Amino acid sequence: MNKNDRPTDIGINRTGIALSPLDGPLTAEGASAAPPSSAGSWQDAAMVRLRYAAEASEFGHMPPPATLRGLAKTAKELLKGHKANVLLDKLGERLAFERTGVRLYDGLIVKFEANGSWEGGPTLEELVAFRSDEARHFELMVQALVKLGADPTAMTPSADITAVESLGVLQVISDPRTGLAHALHAQQIAELADVAGWDLLASLSETLGHTELAAECRRALAQENLHAAAVARWLKAHAEVAARGELEQAVAS
Amino acid sequence: MSLDIFKERGTPLDRQSFTWKDMVGEPYSKLDDDAFTRVRQILMHGVEQESCRFKHFAARFNPELRLPLARIRRVEHHQATMVNWLMPGDQSTLETTIGFEQVAIEVTAHVAAVEPDPYMAQIYRFGLLEDFDHLYRYAALMDRLCGKDANNILQSYTDVMPGRPTSVEHRAPEDDLRLHYQKTRAAPLTKIHAALITGSEWQTRDYYLTVGPTFADPIARQLYAEIASIEEQHVTQYEALSDPSETWLEKWLVQEATEVYAYWSCYSQEQNPRIKLIWERFLSYELEHLRLVRELMQKLENRDPAELLPAEFPDPLSFTSHRKFVRETLAAEVDLRARGYDIVPMDQDSPASIAYRAQLNAGGSPSEAVAAGYHWRPGTELTDRRVRDAAFAPLSGQEAAQ
Ligand SMILES: [Fe+2]
Ligand SMILES: [Fe+2]
Ligand SMILES: [Fe+2]
Ligand SMILES: [Fe+2]
Ligand SMILES: [Fe+2]
Repeated sequence: MNKNDRPTDIGINRTGIALSPLDGPLTAEGASAAPPSSAGSWQDAAMVRLRYAAEASEFGHMPPPATLRGLAKTAKELLKGHKANVLLDKLGERLAFERTGVRLYDGLIVKFEANGSWEGGPTLEELVAFRSDEARHFELMVQALVKLGADPTAMTPSADITAVESLGVLQVISDPRTGLAHALHAQQIAELADVAGWDLLASLSETLGHTELAAECRRALAQENLHAAAVARWLKAHAEVAARGELEQAVAS
Repeated sequence: MSLDIFKERGTPLDRQSFTWKDMVGEPYSKLDDDAFTRVRQILMHGVEQESCRFKHFAARFNPELRLPLARIRRVEHHQATMVNWLMPGDQSTLETTIGFEQVAIEVTAHVAAVEPDPYMAQIYRFGLLEDFDHLYRYAALMDRLCGKDANNILQSYTDVMPGRPTSVEHRAPEDDLRLHYQKTRAAPLTKIHAALITGSEWQTRDYYLTVGPTFADPIARQLYAEIASIEEQHVTQYEALSDPSETWLEKWLVQEATEVYAYWSCYSQEQNPRIKLIWERFLSYELEHLRLVRELMQKLENRDPAELLPAEFPDPLSFTSHRKFVRETLAAEVDLRARGYDIVPMDQDSPASIAYRAQLNAGGSPSEAVAAGYHWRPGTELTDRRVRDAAFAPLSGQEAAQ
């Protein structure tokens, strides 16, 4: 049984109300007849959220600035003022995202080995190549941070947020019950975010005068664009082959 | 269908073994399996947790029982693990929560309906209407925070509407105590019911305390804090039902009998063949736990515990929708309150509890805020055009107006 083809088979999904011709209508009628215990709408909760938002402090901050001793003069110049923190936070974000990206590809490779691919789907070589791209991007960010005198092991605020954002992606890829197509669909979120992330970092470093870094970011961006396009292509091919009912033959061959 | 607990042979304790591979098996399907498979899984994890918890406390007070307690408790712990690990990774915390309240409603309704002691039955009906309300509040949270439909989990077995409003369930501690059964006179089923529901409620309390802070949303964090407090009250109420003069061994016997009864009930109704095998295997484990406790009683208390147990269980717990029973209870008893050991009409509500809940709700009521004007509808409240197209009023303006 191949998971790449399984979920759209007709099974016994019981979640919809139509599956309960007797109980469904009873539940719906009962709920519409029972008056709420207080008047109002979803906005009542929104009001509470608004008050919490007004009172809340930040979830975290940047680490204290690195010692500028031993840094090249140009680097010192570029690190002055608030703009340095903006850049370091974003570098920390890319570092974290790319490091997780390597692990996401580790998961995709297991998925591939468990389920195989399809006509127009990824090859193992492609997945392995993309994994090493992510690893290289991670290394690039470590170097960039070290060059700027920052601690590459610190989790910056944006790095934290990006990890929270990716929780669902990891959950889908690491579940042994999902197929390669599901996992790639999750990975698509990561790759699209990757493209946007490198694009932003390239412009930011350019603006702040880090010309060399900006050039590196644009090279990474070009690779991420290839990743995003490849994932989109694999997913389209999967949907088409599946819709033609040819998936099982394709997988078997 | 009945189970003769003295004749059935269980699995010898030294053969009640596990590997990580079988403890961490294939979970049920959130989409395809029947909602009652999840109900059984959640219930049995609660029962196993209670079994471990009881055995830890017993060990603190009974040096001579420490070794047999430790041996059997290790099995209980691994049973708890295997049962809890049946939960699938695509089931969110809030979806699991909906499952917890479905357990509280359907299992308590069954217990209330068949409980032979009328005082106890009233207590179960009283608690039932509170968990019934929790389901409605969590369904509103799921709809309004996540845009998801609680009925995907409930599968139309359980109504989603207000019960006794959670905001008035808060009671002073003295109003949560209840009278206990008399161990010499109570029916065995009465004792089993108390152990079963206490374990289930305690697990719910622990779960909400554990997962509440994993939410970022302040309303979710507030709602879990509020409902965890009611579950703490429920534990207070239900644990009060057991006779405090029972010996540790008598209580242990009741706990193992409860596990036997519950696994037998699960086994008799499970539709998922793979999970049915687990219930069967654990039923066999529990029969042996029960036999070992009987042996200990004969040795240490010098008496035959057969007198304390039913020769056979009459009917299994029924894992079915109790819609009619719940609605009738709701219509007749939603306005009841608790005062001391008694369930009383609303106009006799306890002044201590009225003051207590006014204090707790002084900064606003999470359960009211989350479900203000809420009607569950198939596919969420956004299927209602009036809700979907409601004019947007900027919140900051409203805040200023207040
Ligand atoms: Fe990438
Ligand atoms: Fe057990
Ligand atoms: Fe509850
Ligand atoms: Fe409860
Ligand atoms: Fe046991």
